[in-house]
Amino acid sequence: MSGPILLRARGVENSRSLSTYRRLGGYSALEKALAMTPAEVIEEVKVSGVRGRGGAGFPAGVKWGFVPKDTSKPKYMICNADESEPGTFKDRELILVDPHMVLEGITIASYAIGAATAYIYIRGEFVREAEILAEAIAEARKSHLLGRNILGRGYGLEIHIHRGAGAYICGEETALIESIEGKRGQPRLKPPFPAVVGVFDCPTVVNNVETLACVPHIIEHGGAWFAKIGTERSTGTKLFCVSGHVERPGVYEAPMGTPFREIIEGPCGGMREGKVLKAFIPGGSSAPVLPAEKVDTPADFDSVAQAGSMLGSGGVIVMDETVDMVWALENLLVFYAHESCGQCSPCREGSDWAVDIVRRIRRGQGQDRDIETLRRIARFASQGMTICPLGDAFCGPIASFLDHFGHEFEEAISKASPVSSKALPILPVRSDRSLFGM
Amino acid sequence: MNEAATAPLIVASTDEVATVDFDTSMESQIEKILERYPNKGAALLPVLWLCQDRWGWVSSGIMEAVGRRLDLSPAFIEGVVSFYTMYQRRPPGKYLLQVCTTLSCQLCKTAELVDHLKRRLGIDFGETTPEGLFTLVDVQCLGACGEAPVIQINSDYYTELTIEKLDRVLDGLAGQ
Repeated sequence: MSGPILLRARGVENSRSLSTYRRLGGYSALEKALAMTPAEVIEEVKVSGVRGRGGAGFPAGVKWGFVPKDTSKPKYMICNADESEPGTFKDRELILVDPHMVLEGITIASYAIGAATAYIYIRGEFVREAEILAEAIAEARKSHLLGRNILGRGYGLEIHIHRGAGAYICGEETALIESIEGKRGQPRLKPPFPAVVGVFDCPTVVNNVETLACVPHIIEHGGAWFAKIGTERSTGTKLFCVSGHVERPGVYEAPMGTPFREIIEGPCGGMREGKVLKAFIPGGSSAPVLPAEKVDTPADFDSVAQAGSMLGSGGVIVMDETVDMVWALENLLVFYAHESCGQCSPCREGSDWAVDIVRRIRRGQGQDRDIETLRRIARFASQGMTICPLGDAFCGPIASFLDHFGHEFEEAISKASPVSSKALPILPVRSDRSLFGM
Repeated sequence: MNEAATAPLIVASTDEVATVDFDTSMESQIEKILERYPNKGAALLPVLWLCQDRWGWVSSGIMEAVGRRLDLSPAFIEGVVSFYTMYQRRPPGKYLLQVCTTLSCQLCKTAELVDHLKRRLGIDFGETTPEGLFTLVDVQCLGACGEAPVIQINSDYYTELTIEKLDRVLDGLAGQ
């Protein structure tokens, strides 16, 4: 790879404007795609091996291929810009730097699956980013890159922006669909998958902003070109969002498989104030935490999975030696307890209990059996016990914090002041329920 | 991001939005929203946004008016409104200070900003200053962790904040 692909326009003057985007070669992929059949476009994306950048890592081309060809129903394309996973801020960067790249990706994807309507679901907080996208859409329409007859090729597409209103769970694709339909963002049971029954009961594909931004490059240079970048099973480049205790936090593009150490010590300028790395979360807050000794792990889907975590969204949260891991886990659990949609009891109740327990450990009121109770919660609310993966999203952190930093929890508990359980201020009673077999 | 550029919210009093009717301007904006969707119900979130932009919050009277327009029951709308954190169910101050308290911001010392804000404004999370200028709330990850610590004020992100920078921002807003 000779330079950045997705962030090629960063630092370029007026990078958001259509004229700059076209000067850098933008929308030539759309022209090329419209001269291909939709099946050929899907095939090219399959060849590229591009896997979903939102967190799940599902191959995008395969997802597109699931959309039924023989249906009379309209089909919908949805761009997921709900970016809410703590530690993740790459989609925002793409929108701020290069909104037309995202629009071109959406348009090619919509053409491939036969959609005449696409929605960009953007988190409610991103007001300015939504304005930037709206401006880009208006610009593209004027130049016949969107609208009834795109580039005179007879294909028509409208892209609408749909703003969320503050709910992490709406980043989950079926919750997102509910939210577009004007409902509470509560995930649906799968199957049926959105490709068959999605928004308005019609076939729907939901792709992440970054995934869609890869599409114009795949079409322009070919799937085989893209597949050569990165590793065999994690192709292309990836945007890594590095936050926390590094000198230069930010979004950096690197080929899949680049070791985390290179990212942290290279563009990020190493640890802040010369401190020592203690732990890092490799793929957004739902990814299990890894200790410093795993920092040479290559940042690709398989290697990170092998190291006991997940690449997720590429949100790398870096923690130095000063971080109290009990405190860090409590912070993450507060997030999940707040964001649980409330449909499934293991997630709704489990996340609350976990907060109570970790909080009392931190406050010096932990009890000997607390660690075992946390582990039970982590088992009980994950691996298919809930409709959506939010259960796994908070159980992974619990298990991994205990696996790698259990001694900090034990130490906090051993130092706990001897108070009778009756005097405990925060609801130990709830975690004694027989539900956990105690 | 852009210091002292944030416009104040227009906040209607409880009386003003006890009952609501949409004027022609609102009506034409609602028509435009409806064109984007195959059914009326899907327009709920954008129409609620439209109302909040206009009145600053979402009262029961507003929910009833939205329900009449979109053929949805007020109870259903209340269910939706209460699910999402950004719809304000009480009138906020002119400047809604939304402090990110999730991990990446906390690693970058958000707690110091919070202590300072509470002291300077004399309010806790969820409260509004007596003159109705500032409302302070804690929010979950704002998705700008690379620029931590982050506070969103109305629609704008204020990033890489220090106590000094934050004071300048607040001075600017208070003087507007």
